[in-house]
Amino acid sequence: MARSDQNIVLHVDDVSKNLGGLQALSDIDFAVEEGTTHAIIGPNGAGKSTLLNVIVGRLPPTRGAVVFDGTVLTGKQPYEINQLGVARVFQTPEIFPELSVLQNVMTPAFAKRDGAFRINIFRTVDSEAEIRDEAEAILEDVGLSTRLASHAGSLSRGDKRRMELAMCLIQHPRLLLLDEPTAGMSRHDTNTTIDLLKKIKARGMTKVIIEHDMHVVFSLADRISVLSGGKIIAEGTPDEVRGSAKVQEAYLGGAHRLEAH
Amino acid sequence: MDAILAQLLNGLDKGGAYALIALGLTLVFGTLGVVNFAHGALFMLGAFCAVTLRQLITLETVVIDPEQLSAWGSPLEIRTPLAQTWFGDFGAVLVDYSVPLSIVLAIPTMLLIGIAMERGIIKHFYKRPHAEQILVTFGLAIVLQEVVKAIFGPNPISQPIPSAVRGAFDVGAMLGLAPGALTYPMWRLIYFLFSLGIIGAVFAFLRFTTFGMVVRAGMADRETVGLLGINIDRRFTIMFGIAAVVAGLAGVMYTPLLPPNYHQGMDFLVLSFVVVVVGGMGSLPGAVAAGFLLGILQSFASMSEVKQIIPGIDQIIIYLIAVVILLVRPRGLMGRRGMMES
Amino acid sequence: MTLFALSRRDLAVFAVFAVVVLAMPFWLQPLGAAYPALMQKFVISAIFAIGFNILFGLTGYLSFGHAAFLGVGSYTAVWSFKLLTMDAIPAIFFAVLVSGLFALVIGYLSLRRSGIYFSILTLAFAQMCYNLAYSVLTPITNGETSLQLTLSDPRLIDTALAPRPAGLPSASLFGHSFSGLEGFYFCAVVLLIAFFVTQKIFASPFGMMLRAIKSNQTRMTYTGFNTRPYTLTAFVISGMFAGLAGALFAITDPLAGTERMQWTASGEVVLMTILGGVGTLIGPVIGAWFIEYFENIFSAFNESVVHAFFSFLPAEIADPVALVASKFVGEGWQLTLGLLFVLVVVFLPGGIMEGVRRIGSLFGRRGTPVSPGAARAQPAE
Repeated sequence: MARSDQNIVLHVDDVSKNLGGLQALSDIDFAVEEGTTHAIIGPNGAGKSTLLNVIVGRLPPTRGAVVFDGTVLTGKQPYEINQLGVARVFQTPEIFPELSVLQNVMTPAFAKRDGAFRINIFRTVDSEAEIRDEAEAILEDVGLSTRLASHAGSLSRGDKRRMELAMCLIQHPRLLLLDEPTAGMSRHDTNTTIDLLKKIKARGMTKVIIEHDMHVVFSLADRISVLSGGKIIAEGTPDEVRGSAKVQEAYLGGAHRLEAH
Repeated sequence: MDAILAQLLNGLDKGGAYALIALGLTLVFGTLGVVNFAHGALFMLGAFCAVTLRQLITLETVVIDPEQLSAWGSPLEIRTPLAQTWFGDFGAVLVDYSVPLSIVLAIPTMLLIGIAMERGIIKHFYKRPHAEQILVTFGLAIVLQEVVKAIFGPNPISQPIPSAVRGAFDVGAMLGLAPGALTYPMWRLIYFLFSLGIIGAVFAFLRFTTFGMVVRAGMADRETVGLLGINIDRRFTIMFGIAAVVAGLAGVMYTPLLPPNYHQGMDFLVLSFVVVVVGGMGSLPGAVAAGFLLGILQSFASMSEVKQIIPGIDQIIIYLIAVVILLVRPRGLMGRRGMMES
Repeated sequence: MTLFALSRRDLAVFAVFAVVVLAMPFWLQPLGAAYPALMQKFVISAIFAIGFNILFGLTGYLSFGHAAFLGVGSYTAVWSFKLLTMDAIPAIFFAVLVSGLFALVIGYLSLRRSGIYFSILTLAFAQMCYNLAYSVLTPITNGETSLQLTLSDPRLIDTALAPRPAGLPSASLFGHSFSGLEGFYFCAVVLLIAFFVTQKIFASPFGMMLRAIKSNQTRMTYTGFNTRPYTLTAFVISGMFAGLAGALFAITDPLAGTERMQWTASGEVVLMTILGGVGTLIGPVIGAWFIEYFENIFSAFNESVVHAFFSFLPAEIADPVALVASKFVGEGWQLTLGLLFVLVVVFLPGGIMEGVRRIGSLFGRRGTPVSPGAARAQPAE
């Protein structure tokens, strides 16, 4: 690789994963540079979600390793990986439905400030002004400032995603993993989310996005890895990938052309 | 050697009861996905079917005969059981065989109770959290046992073994030991065989009937079966009724071994849950195997030689095994991989 | 002082609660329940229930074995009386400590599983404790006959300070022995402290973490929390509350029996919490009072009282009605309790507190606030 290793935040090092006799991932190898957005695209069943689960430690790789900022993630608990600075947005929003929107966003801030476990019993949530202010500011950013007191469970699916994103952003993660962040959103909501993600990018946060909406991918990604049948069949800048005949063939069976909407 | 064999035999009847209750619990969990804390109460209700039948057929007519005088000099009261009045000597046989006869009463009664319970309450809890299922069935169990207490009183009511099968069976003689060296009470042997019979019947029913096959398919994948246009819910309701019958019959036949009391349901329930957990949640063969295994282990733990080494082990052995199993192998002896794990 | 800091609203709740508890002898008078033994039970059960609620209501783990900690607390307190002193403070200290240790061990093992497996594990541990207390541990628990004070107890500290009294002593506080109404006020003050601690937990970031664990454990782990120490802390705290309640039972009546550890006692505290309102601050207290009150009233009824109650009906109707009704009172109180349990879970899973909220939102507009965003049309998904 031509790029300098010092700037590498995430290195997926020759990872293979065998799921019940099925070769879900074979020899996946890519690196994500600090401050860039790396997209992983591919048709359904290509192994995108498996790859993400291997990265966050939910599934152990059969071979290879995932290295984040010089630390091997394999064998670590999800909470340890988060404490290292990796935050994740799920495909179906994982939120705290019984808590208010503000509490949802404040909770991760405590994990960032107090670590994985602390009995913080003498202060009250209301007196944690610093965390509260930051949560309010971030909710403003994602456009949920009118709904601070609402039950998170009562939000629309799009709002839940935005709130989940805010829950990740308040931790200022070094690496943000997004699993289809715009799935199920209307065109309008998708564009709002893209703008939001661009804003985060401007702040220099490193992101890995799994997505099949090409519009989102080509608007955001600096580099794209194309996954098919558990293998990376192409990797490059959006322009390189767009131009690759191999990708056209594998990804869309030649029926459509890959292009931004 | 004899002593070990004797303990083995001693554990079989209790193990049979555990297995029958655990079998029903597992069926209900596997089909309806409901954790039924009222299942022990069904065992208790079965036992009281036997009590009811006996009380009915021993109802007496009292005729005061002023012509005859009793030993106290008062007019003699002649008491005749109704069964004898109506059926003569055959009536006396009926009274003698009241416990096995109660099976006839228990089957329809328990089926009705089971179906009513499922349609009336449990059906509303399929989609609600396990905690609420536990709570509502727990409340139901209290209600059932208190109703029984209100009707039959707080004291145990002992039920006789039919006179023909009282006494013991000389197992030792069969094995070539000295006569009388190893005997086993006849009724316990009957209970063991009876439980094997019921277990066999349930498995045969599930394996060889279309109804059973649909239910098994439904246990494996409810949605797919539903998509085939089969009304799985009605079959599951009947399955609940069958589980109730199995528990009830286990209770009926257990009455000569343990005089029925209103709280025996809960005592057996806690143990049967342990049995289910050890066998593996959702595994029918696991429930049966664990039932007998724990019955036998409990019997061994109550040997005085064992108690001398580890005092109190007889009181806690079953719970101890459950704790170890849950922590080491949460899916139980025969549970499906991933079943309820983590 | 952050130690005592609470929001103004919480402080108001505490003030009202304190007045209600301390004024019990007055407002329970017209209800016929203003005698010390019963009021002590009200207060102690409330402690048991609010502690249980920290685990079940806040963290979402349904334990069926909390009676074990109640029993351990009682035994420890009585032993503290027997061996050391009749003073209540050491009894409470040791009871809370020992039940906390029990909770630590049982919780550490049980919390490795969740859902029904957790419930069954706690049930199994509690049954083990009960069976052991009943059998091999008889030298410690005195088995069926219950652990009681005797004239020959060493009471090392007391006898070193003063000559032995003639009869059996009663519990004391700094040398002042108390009973009756004083005993009630002692328990009431302990309840207020326990309630305040619970309020602090509810309002603290720690309490919010527990709520979040109940709400979505997966999200918690991916958010960087190690959830097991949180749940274990909640378990130990609720076990200590139970031990405290057990100690208070022993202080008001120096006796500890196995029946306090039976699983029916575990079931009762579950019912109190559900009936009042799971996860709410006040709910478990109301549930505990409700059940203790009606248990006391109903179990005192007998058939003649019921007959008198229905005497306005013609005899042909009154007799069968009274016969049926009498099955629900006196000895039959448990039946009423079971029915109540089923009805609450089926129709009012949020308990009395939810009922109050529903009625409140019928009359005032003070129900759940509808934020402006909720009315906004959401795009189709």
